[in-house]
Amino acid sequence: MKGSEIFVDALRREGVDTLFGYPGGVLIPIYDTLYDVKDINIVLTRHEQGAAHAADGYARATGRVGVCMGTSGPGATNLVTGIATAYLDSIPMVAISGQVTSKLIGTDAFQEADMVGITRPITKHNFLVKTIEELPEIMKMAFHIARSGRPGPVLVDIPKDVTTAIMDNYEYPETVNMRSYKPKYEGHAGQIKKAVDLLATAKRPLIYAGGGVILSGAEKELLEFAEKMGAPVTTTLMCLGGFPGTHKQFIGMPGMHGSKAANFSFQNADCIISLGARFDDRVTGDTSCFAPKAKIIHVDIDPASISKIIAVDIPVVGDVKTVLLEMNKMIAPLELTKWWGEITEWIGDGMFTYRHSDTVIKPQFVIEKFYEVTEGKAIFATDVGQHQMWAAQYYKMDHPKQWLTSGGLGTMGFGIPAAMGAAFALKAPVWNISGDGGVQMNIQELATIRINDVPVKTIILNNEYLGMVRQWQDLFYKKRYSSVCLTAQVECDGCTCERTDGGCDKRGDEREYTYVPDFVKLSESYSIPAKRITKPSEVEAALKWAHELDGPCVLEFMTDPEENVYPMVPAGAALDEMIFWEDEK
Amino acid sequence: MSKHTISILVENNSGALSRIAGLFAARGYNIMSLSVSETDDETMSRMTIVSGGDDTIMEQINKQLNRLVDVIKVLDFAPGESVERELMLITLGATNANRHEIIGLVDIYKGTVVAVSSGEITLEVSGRADEINDFINLVRPYGIKEVARSGPIALSKARK
Repeated sequence: MKGSEIFVDALRREGVDTLFGYPGGVLIPIYDTLYDVKDINIVLTRHEQGAAHAADGYARATGRVGVCMGTSGPGATNLVTGIATAYLDSIPMVAISGQVTSKLIGTDAFQEADMVGITRPITKHNFLVKTIEELPEIMKMAFHIARSGRPGPVLVDIPKDVTTAIMDNYEYPETVNMRSYKPKYEGHAGQIKKAVDLLATAKRPLIYAGGGVILSGAEKELLEFAEKMGAPVTTTLMCLGGFPGTHKQFIGMPGMHGSKAANFSFQNADCIISLGARFDDRVTGDTSCFAPKAKIIHVDIDPASISKIIAVDIPVVGDVKTVLLEMNKMIAPLELTKWWGEITEWIGDGMFTYRHSDTVIKPQFVIEKFYEVTEGKAIFATDVGQHQMWAAQYYKMDHPKQWLTSGGLGTMGFGIPAAMGAAFALKAPVWNISGDGGVQMNIQELATIRINDVPVKTIILNNEYLGMVRQWQDLFYKKRYSSVCLTAQVECDGCTCERTDGGCDKRGDEREYTYVPDFVKLSESYSIPAKRITKPSEVEAALKWAHELDGPCVLEFMTDPEENVYPMVPAGAALDEMIFWEDEK
Repeated sequence: MSKHTISILVENNSGALSRIAGLFAARGYNIMSLSVSETDDETMSRMTIVSGGDDTIMEQINKQLNRLVDVIKVLDFAPGESVERELMLITLGATNANRHEIIGLVDIYKGTVVAVSSGEITLEVSGRADEINDFINLVRPYGIKEVARSGPIALSKARK
């Protein structure tokens, strides 16, 4: 059997139904074999980065391993941002890079790049296939490593000659047994007992749930755990939907743009149980002041996550779902009336609020309407920045895997291709929310979306700025808006944009016409219907139009340019040192 | 900061060494010495790394090493738990007049003479790292031409 045929057979046996890729010189033998393959969707993206994010979106939406492929050299290096994105969020992915013929490796051959070297720090593991005899086992191991334990991306670098070589007696391995890699799922019974005993004494407990809950499919177990105990639940950005956003015990996301209730609960809790979360710096704020009164229990499948940032009192190494199943047998209701009294006060009129307007579209208002129109059931991706935070704050997600966002790496340009990958997997509409900056970073995938008639509906919140950086410049750099205005020319002397006099003359009332590109015309050039919305009164109708449309579409909302995301914990501050919109001058 | 000797059993793959070295480099952890070779089982290599850091850093190093897919086993030896040896080859300037004196020192350290010429002498000495340091200081006055040290290798002490 030929190498390329073994490769395709391996994909089939691993249950791959969709492959996102882009061909090139060394991949021609593989693509030649794929020409006759009818049972796997071979998606030709418009950029390898699009392929990597699409595989990632596919994986996030389904829990299955996403697969992407790029040719040697530039094709493979274009996968890198997508691989790193998947790595930081522990997303199961197998990335295939073509490599130059074995005997040319290391000679600076045409389109040669050391992909095993380049991706070493951003993959869970990677392989260079040296001979065809190794190919079946490596493919088996790659999928096994990607999906087991703490999931992550695995890169397989395949030289061209391996794909054309012939192997006699090919057999795909049925099982995989690696002495150096045996993930542990069961938590230590003694540690679980200790954790449950500690929780039983808690007066002010807090459940802090992270992406691990979604990765291990532990949402039911988490719900049971929380309801039995009656404790408040905060979910990280990666766990939104892992616990119902409309549940009365849900107190919002924690951290830099988290709710007051979640952040104050951290700072006042006497016992915190972390479930598959990793105490990211965007969650903890200043670690020296983090959760000063709390004993901490940390359940994580990766021992290296435990006590990495915050010293933990009771570590439990194991899969969140497996551990929760055990804990749920022992956990008992707690008397928390006093604690809930305090939390209710922190929640106040609502976890997230903003200054409404009748004249200008507030981005938060768009998300609220989006939530209403889609009845909270939308599956959607985002890019990174302000729009991502508003979506996280105002869309109350009740289901895991409905929220596809680049949390760890914070990758702009993630949204469109990730939504596309998810839509290919689910064969259902998937939304994407982007800013006007990030949307331009992989906008070429609108072609893949149109040609394949994939129902990806993109919302652009256009504030004509790189909004999150502008916000920091606004709050911490004396409003010196350096390189964040997307309408500014090189000659522009820098706006100080107090906007009391109408702001920059380049923007003003005609900004919708001066903005480049014209997103409506751009979408239409891809034969994707689009609308630009400039008035708050038109927001709901536009969203309904998009919701009812069968195929892809684009909505561009011209939003308040200088709206900031609140609340905010400034970088380096403690979690309870928050700024609110009411503090804004 | 304390010095730690870490012994790592890894799959004998071409990438294993760079994965481990990369893990240290990416986090700014220093490798003081590194020694690596196949074991009796040719599919496995043993690496002995001497590194330093406070307890938190050492705990992280151990966990991160264990996390690597190629790593089979990690042992972080506490002082007194292991036997350690290092091999050194050293070439000194030697004349007819002092050659015997040098050989006398080598005997004390249970070393051997590996090569000798009219103006130079090359010695082999093995022992604990501190013994090797002592020997270097002792022969420095003769004029050191070149030194090659293996870095320590270690095993846990035989059980009683």
